[in-house]
Amino acid sequence: MPLSAIAYETEQIAAKAPASAPHQPIATLTNITKRYGTTVALDGLDLSLHPGEVVALLGPNGAGKSTAVKLLLGLIAPTSGTTRVFGSDPREATTRTRVGAMLQVARITETLRVREHLDLFRSYYPHPLPMAEILRIAQLQGIEDRFFGQLSGGQKQRALFALAICGNPDLIFLDEPTVGMDIEARRALWQQIRSLSAQGKTVLLTTHYLEEADALAHRIIVINKGRVISAGTPAEIKRSSGGRTIRCQTRLSREFLLTLPSVSNVTFNEGAVIVTTSEAETVIREMLLRDETLSDLEIASPALEDAFLALTRNQ
Amino acid sequence: MATSAITHPLPAATGFAHTLSIFRKETKYEFLKLMRTKSFSLSTIGFPVMFYVLFGIANRNAFAGNVHLAKYMLGGYACFGLIGATLFGIGVGLAGELAAGWLELKRASPMPAPAYLFAKCASAVAFGLIIVSILTAIAVSFGGVSLTSTELIKMLGMTIVGSISFAGMGLLLALLVPANAAPAIVNLIYLPMSFLSGLWVPLRFMPHWLQGIAPALPTYHLSQLMLSIFGYQDSMSLITHWNALIGFTLLMLGLSWFVFHRKEQNA
Repeated sequence: MPLSAIAYETEQIAAKAPASAPHQPIATLTNITKRYGTTVALDGLDLSLHPGEVVALLGPNGAGKSTAVKLLLGLIAPTSGTTRVFGSDPREATTRTRVGAMLQVARITETLRVREHLDLFRSYYPHPLPMAEILRIAQLQGIEDRFFGQLSGGQKQRALFALAICGNPDLIFLDEPTVGMDIEARRALWQQIRSLSAQGKTVLLTTHYLEEADALAHRIIVINKGRVISAGTPAEIKRSSGGRTIRCQTRLSREFLLTLPSVSNVTFNEGAVIVTTSEAETVIREMLLRDETLSDLEIASPALEDAFLALTRNQ
Repeated sequence: MATSAITHPLPAATGFAHTLSIFRKETKYEFLKLMRTKSFSLSTIGFPVMFYVLFGIANRNAFAGNVHLAKYMLGGYACFGLIGATLFGIGVGLAGELAAGWLELKRASPMPAPAYLFAKCASAVAFGLIIVSILTAIAVSFGGVSLTSTELIKMLGMTIVGSISFAGMGLLLALLVPANAAPAIVNLIYLPMSFLSGLWVPLRFMPHWLQGIAPALPTYHLSQLMLSIFGYQDSMSLITHWNALIGFTLLMLGLSWFVFHRKEQNA
């Protein structure tokens, strides 16, 4: 299992997660089944979103991510189950004034300027953000008078993001928001998503970049074949696939290490021992007590990618 | 309501003025978009104008009985132009926006769906009026056509009627036809239909068996109504033409509604 340096960063972000328990969810899918002919896209799915949360919906292609988003947007109706957004049907016009969406769009009206697209979308909402503010948040200053067709891939994504937030919505859906962006633009957008969350807005994100879910999400929901197979903070998801790993130089024997509580695996690699455990703190305390010469200590969480692969492979 | 703590007070601007402003902006940008899309604006305005210059003006001194052929053809090409603008603007435009997922994004927003349809329809009417105005200006300036102001106003009125009645057909085509095939399919329907209804060449100059097809086509009834403004219509009564045009419009809208709902259920 590769050791991951990002892991520590992630745990800190997770620790800052809003306490979601006292809040009522603002959007829920309850026991949703969605069939297309004989194909089952969603199979008894439950999902809830709380104020101020960034939730990442992860899953392989065809897992039902887009179907879940479309249900919450009121674009499709479930075969059975209930959808509630802000306490009412997502298809109601008043609900939609509090929701913004960035969907995967193949082609946008290319002969309108960025400013014109925004002017039109702002007019749909009762309390839109000021134009200058939208341009600043989506980093469109300087290109607002360009035609949509003249924008680069990353700029188009930023313009779509601007359309999603222009109405100052409380709930924002971002379907693969950073596709086609370079690393700098991607990180800048992450920063904007964090600041939306800091303002108390809820963001539901679907992404293929596990790094993105890891860096942004307070909570990750892994779905496969229309069912939730795992949910929790990024750290919890990673831990659920076998726990953290301790790597060090030690004189302790493999046999002894395996007798420690919660140790699931012990291997040797280039003279170092690698211990896999779900309770790293307890195991380390014991190891340090027993071996004063213990050195080169590293503790790492598994990368989210490994956890994800482990979770979806088991299906 | 459980979520009352985070519910905004009802927005103040949801009133009539707000809705009106959405309709206005939606229409403005739809029209701007079509105007700037050269493949649309140049061809929908250019073709009827070019045909009229070639065939209409050539007949500036030709009369068949009381019928001034250049004036007769003004009526035909006016219909040809306005139908083209409607079928391409609504049919091809909407099919493209459906396929690209753009309409889905708009539907997820609080945009009222009628604003979207109104914008498409109003833009088609606007293009129809532009085309008919240009054709009329050419006919009067170079075709030796004399037109009373009442006739002009009636022509523009009939242009609005025609655009609205063919909007339903545009809608139906957009729902049925894949976006990449839409321009070709619209042409395959629109061009033969125009020819067979006498929009290019007056029906009386066509073989008799071809003339028999015309009453089955909506384009024929629209063109007869347009020509009746000049007193150039065939023997069939105007009531029949109106009934046929209204029936066609309702049929297209009804079929569109049916197809749309079937798609919604399968979605």
